[in-house]
Amino acid sequence: MAAETRTDETDFGEVSRLKDRVFESVTLAAALFGIVTLAVLLVYVTVDAVGWLDWQFLTSPPHPLAEEAGIFPALVGSIVLMVLIALVTFPLGVGAAIYLEEYASDGRLTRFIQLNIANLAGVPSVVYGLLGLGLFVQLLSFGYGTLLVAAFTVSLLILPIVIIAAQEAIRSVPDSLRQASYGMGATKRQTIRNVVLPRSLPGIMTGTILALGRAIGETAPLIMIGVPTTVFGVPNGLFAKFSAMPMQIYTWSSYPDTAFQYGVVSAGVVTLLVVLLSINSIAILIRNKYQTERS
Amino acid sequence: MSRDPSGWAPRSVSRRDFLAATGVAGAIGLAGCTRAASSEPKEVNIAGSSTVFPIAEAVASDFVQEYPDINVSVSQTGSGGGFSNFFCPGMTDLNNASRSIAEDEQTQCSDNGIEPIEFTVGTDALTVVVNPEADWVDCVTIDELRQIWRADGAERWSDVREDWPDEPFEFYGAATVSGTFDYFRETVIGEDANHRNDYSATEKDRTIVRGVNGSPYAIGYFGFSYYSENPDAIKALAIDNGEGCVEPSLETAKSGEYQPLSRPLFTYAAKESLADPAVEKFVRYFIEKAATDLVSDVGYVPITEEEKRKNLDRLDTALEDLA
Repeated sequence: MAAETRTDETDFGEVSRLKDRVFESVTLAAALFGIVTLAVLLVYVTVDAVGWLDWQFLTSPPHPLAEEAGIFPALVGSIVLMVLIALVTFPLGVGAAIYLEEYASDGRLTRFIQLNIANLAGVPSVVYGLLGLGLFVQLLSFGYGTLLVAAFTVSLLILPIVIIAAQEAIRSVPDSLRQASYGMGATKRQTIRNVVLPRSLPGIMTGTILALGRAIGETAPLIMIGVPTTVFGVPNGLFAKFSAMPMQIYTWSSYPDTAFQYGVVSAGVVTLLVVLLSINSIAILIRNKYQTERS
Repeated sequence: MSRDPSGWAPRSVSRRDFLAATGVAGAIGLAGCTRAASSEPKEVNIAGSSTVFPIAEAVASDFVQEYPDINVSVSQTGSGGGFSNFFCPGMTDLNNASRSIAEDEQTQCSDNGIEPIEFTVGTDALTVVVNPEADWVDCVTIDELRQIWRADGAERWSDVREDWPDEPFEFYGAATVSGTFDYFRETVIGEDANHRNDYSATEKDRTIVRGVNGSPYAIGYFGFSYYSENPDAIKALAIDNGEGCVEPSLETAKSGEYQPLSRPLFTYAAKESLADPAVEKFVRYFIEKAATDLVSDVGYVPITEEEKRKNLDRLDTALEDLA
């Protein structure tokens, strides 16, 4: 095998330090672009919100005068909505993931379901809004813009994400643990309960909570199911009309007074972001707690 | 085999912790719901005109601070949209309107067993606005407005008056579900012609402010409060109804000089809904507040004491009928 040495031309082409540097800078710029834009936005919004975001704003109902406007009903509405969504999606999402990962055989049906879930995760939220309008409002008559309809609609929206996250978490449990459990004489259900779920819980929780974060930022499905423009009280039942923060912010952005477009909208955005970031940090705390306990 | 091999215990405890935590969270969530489910949920649902919306919002905001157990919700659907999609099908208790209820809406309501009761809640000066840079125009006649806004009407400013620039109009107006649209069509365009439909139609008056502010040759119209909040961004035109130019303002609307574009604003209550004490309380509160400065704060003329008395009489008659 007479080696054909090609010193002058390699598969990698000409070696160039300059190109290397340029490529590095391009990727760095790509990485920074999103972060810098987000930082600029945050600074803008926060600066505008100064003087508007105060205790009065957090505890008052909306008002046409910017000085008296508040976000309280929407804040409570968003949080109650989130609790309901969590109660709906967690059992459904984890249940589906357990079936698909632990029970379903790798047949055509499973692959079909799997493919559909992946596709559903990418369906635009306004389409889920239409689904909610048709299914829960018109077919099941849960009422226009009620808390229950919103909870079910947004739950459907984030369910695929929760299922996929839970599947990933369950898949990451080493098979040897399951085999060991079977070897001790445990049934499948016992194995899932005692071995698989505890192991995968941090991953499931993280995925669910991040999906919840996306859920409370949704506006389009709420508009579709007829959530009122403005609500002045906290929801007093599952069939009560309610408002959510993104909805209220959207309403304010069309008010005539410019103080709304800058001050009040910004204060609302900051409130929404603070709630969102708190949820995300809770997700991180939970994950860390479980991870340290495991090791 | 003991079921407690070392290394497994902490995990099962933490799972139990987790279940307990979820349970508590769920219980709190449900408690929040059942607390009210035990008593009749007290709700007042309102839809309708975006022109009347600021008044309703101000009233509702004060109302819930006095009656925190009643949940009030208001939607902006336009007067017509509110009547045909929400009020007459019986989904809302009140409908705000910037014109009186139309005959076909009356029929739709009575077909569904809903009897609307009219309450006047303020007076608006429907305002025609142009860009502040449009220094060639300060005052228009109703006839000129008709030329501008009727279907197949003027396309360029110079089509209306010779000395206006030879530039095309840009039109921003109310959407067809809007009471403002209906009122403008009725009083300005009249029966013989149609409102033009090659214009930017919106139920969000803010869009009209932005559009007119963005182009020197734009023209638009909406309720007075959107002008009074943005007097620098847009210029209001005085209206000449044959007796000289009259600027739109709360004073000229109140005195009746600003004709024919000053118009009453209404809210309609479903008679059947008034049987609900929460709705009755709200309507009474609305009528009381409509006669105060709360209305002028948002850019409209409050109702007079006499109108207030008439409203209350109408409410009492309806309540007697129900009893």
